Amino acid sequence: MKSSIRLTKSDKFFHFLVNTSLFVILAIFVIPIWSTITLSFRPNTFIGSALDGMLLAPWKWSTSAYEALLGHRAFLTSTFNSFRIFFQGVATALFLTVPLAYILSIKTLPGRKLLYGIVIIPYLFNVGLIPNYLLVAKLGLMDKLAAVYLPGAISVYNTLIMKSFFEGISEELKESARIDGASEITVLLKIILPLSKPILLTIGLYYGVHFWNDFFNAMLYLNDSALQPLPILLRNILLSSGMNEYVEVNAFGEAPIAAIKAASVLLAAIPMLIAYPFIQRYFVKGTMLGSVKG
Amino acid sequence: MIGGNSMTSPTTTIAPARAGRTGGSGLWKNIKRHKSVYLLASISLTYFVIFKYVPIWNAQIAFKDFMALDGVLGSPWVGLQNFKDFVNSYYFWELIRNTVMYSIGKMIFSIPAAIFLSVTLYECRIFFLRKSVQTLAYLPHFLSWVIMYAILLAILSPSNGIVNDVIKLFGGEPISFLTDAKAFPWIVILSDMWKEMGWSAIIFLAALMGIDPSLFEAATVEGASAWQRVRYITLPSIRPVIVMVFLLRLGTILDAGFNQIFMLYSLPVYSVADIIDTWIYRQGLLEFRFGLATAVGLFKGVFGLILIVVSNRLIRKHTDSGLY
Repeated sequence: MKSSIRLTKSDKFFHFLVNTSLFVILAIFVIPIWSTITLSFRPNTFIGSALDGMLLAPWKWSTSAYEALLGHRAFLTSTFNSFRIFFQGVATALFLTVPLAYILSIKTLPGRKLLYGIVIIPYLFNVGLIPNYLLVAKLGLMDKLAAVYLPGAISVYNTLIMKSFFEGISEELKESARIDGASEITVLLKIILPLSKPILLTIGLYYGVHFWNDFFNAMLYLNDSALQPLPILLRNILLSSGMNEYVEVNAFGEAPIAAIKAASVLLAAIPMLIAYPFIQRYFVKGTMLGSVKG
Repeated sequence: MIGGNSMTSPTTTIAPARAGRTGGSGLWKNIKRHKSVYLLASISLTYFVIFKYVPIWNAQIAFKDFMALDGVLGSPWVGLQNFKDFVNSYYFWELIRNTVMYSIGKMIFSIPAAIFLSVTLYECRIFFLRKSVQTLAYLPHFLSWVIMYAILLAILSPSNGIVNDVIKLFGGEPISFLTDAKAFPWIVILSDMWKEMGWSAIIFLAALMGIDPSLFEAATVEGASAWQRVRYITLPSIRPVIVMVFLLRLGTILDAGFNQIFMLYSLPVYSVADIIDTWIYRQGLLEFRFGLATAVGLFKGVFGLILIVVSNRLIRKHTDSGLY
């Protein structure tokens, strides 16, 4: 569309403004990210303004902040804990979400309306922090990694997105399998799931990002410092002004504390950045499905 | 693998006939006939009841003087005392004001920003520019507020942040944004805008993609300028989506963004930063006033439910879709 039409002066001005706006928006996103990256590589001996820091030549960068973090036990333990939470969390969440989304997607299921009501009510009516806290404590999940991911292992929102996807799979395909005597588990495992790789990946990553980022549940339920995931350590590093009770004195050696702070969050963001292109491919579809009534 | 599946009878099919729709017991019979399907989801359903409904049961302590030793059931009833304590509290209006201020402020800034972003992306003819902006603008949605806090520290720091560098360049005094009560609300609103505007733009962009291109062709043939096309075709076409997004946000007006505030605030800015959720956290888990904190949570939950039902009604009235 709009291809071979000669542009008038005002149209040219319009496109000029559109492109300029996008360049400004691009700068608004690039500058903070670039500031953080260059800050993380800033050497201890650096003197100058923030702008000088941002434009510092890469061969003058120092990796001491990264070396300090990667050589630090607490950082490695937290990273390991975060990965455990990530993988256990995603596996648990998918294991619980898929069957629920599947039976909700069966249009002829008796009691479907009732079931839908049961699923939607907690989504609309949130009783808040304390009642959930009491439950986790009662279940004996305190100081267990599961406390971080189990309370959020079925997200109603994700379930509904997945349900919409399952509903899109050809009804005849499922019906013919059932007529051939396949049980519901077989239909789910042999027919639905192989066709649902994109949605499993998307929803899995949604859960994964959520668990990876979570600091609140970890803060509430994990007191044992050996269990703390990255966000908790990051928060302690960020809130420390130099050194304090959370971060051992001189734990991070030579690097300036501002560089340590920046480097720690960038390291923590790496798995997210790896996952990002995969999510980006599907999330437009996902968000659209979620916004359409099921 | 679960290959055996001996627990389900192979003859069960989902009969479209719905023979037993004669009443409650008929429905129950029908459900029982399809028990293999329910069995399949039994673990999920059990999980769901425990993790979503037991908290609702626990919420009764809003009407009790909760003692950890007596448990949820054993604690004595106190009627509406906890609610009264909250409403009469010195902080009540401050909390409501801050919460609503942040919700509305974010709505006023980030929705128009998202609309602007989506329209410029839609009109942009430079592929590379469009793709770069999209990739970078969606990214912050996936960053946690812990990471966001580090980015804010990096750019806002009074000593080595780029923003204060610019202020100094123009002869101003450096501002300690995160501890300054005047600046703090702006930081909250603008950082939320930075984080979420790309993500919020997706839904508008999808709506824009759905516009019939022949409308633009016809308009161009009739001599409409690019401005007129935006004004009379593009924006009116996505109006229902804009209305829907605004109404959805109205439904969550009491959620001002706990993770963000919790990460960014500090003692000097409590009076302008404290929202209902942060207060619940401190009252409940730092001061152990479980009954009071639950009452406030329940107050918020009930209010939120009403808002969401109302906004969903309005959405159904004004557009074709709904939230549930």
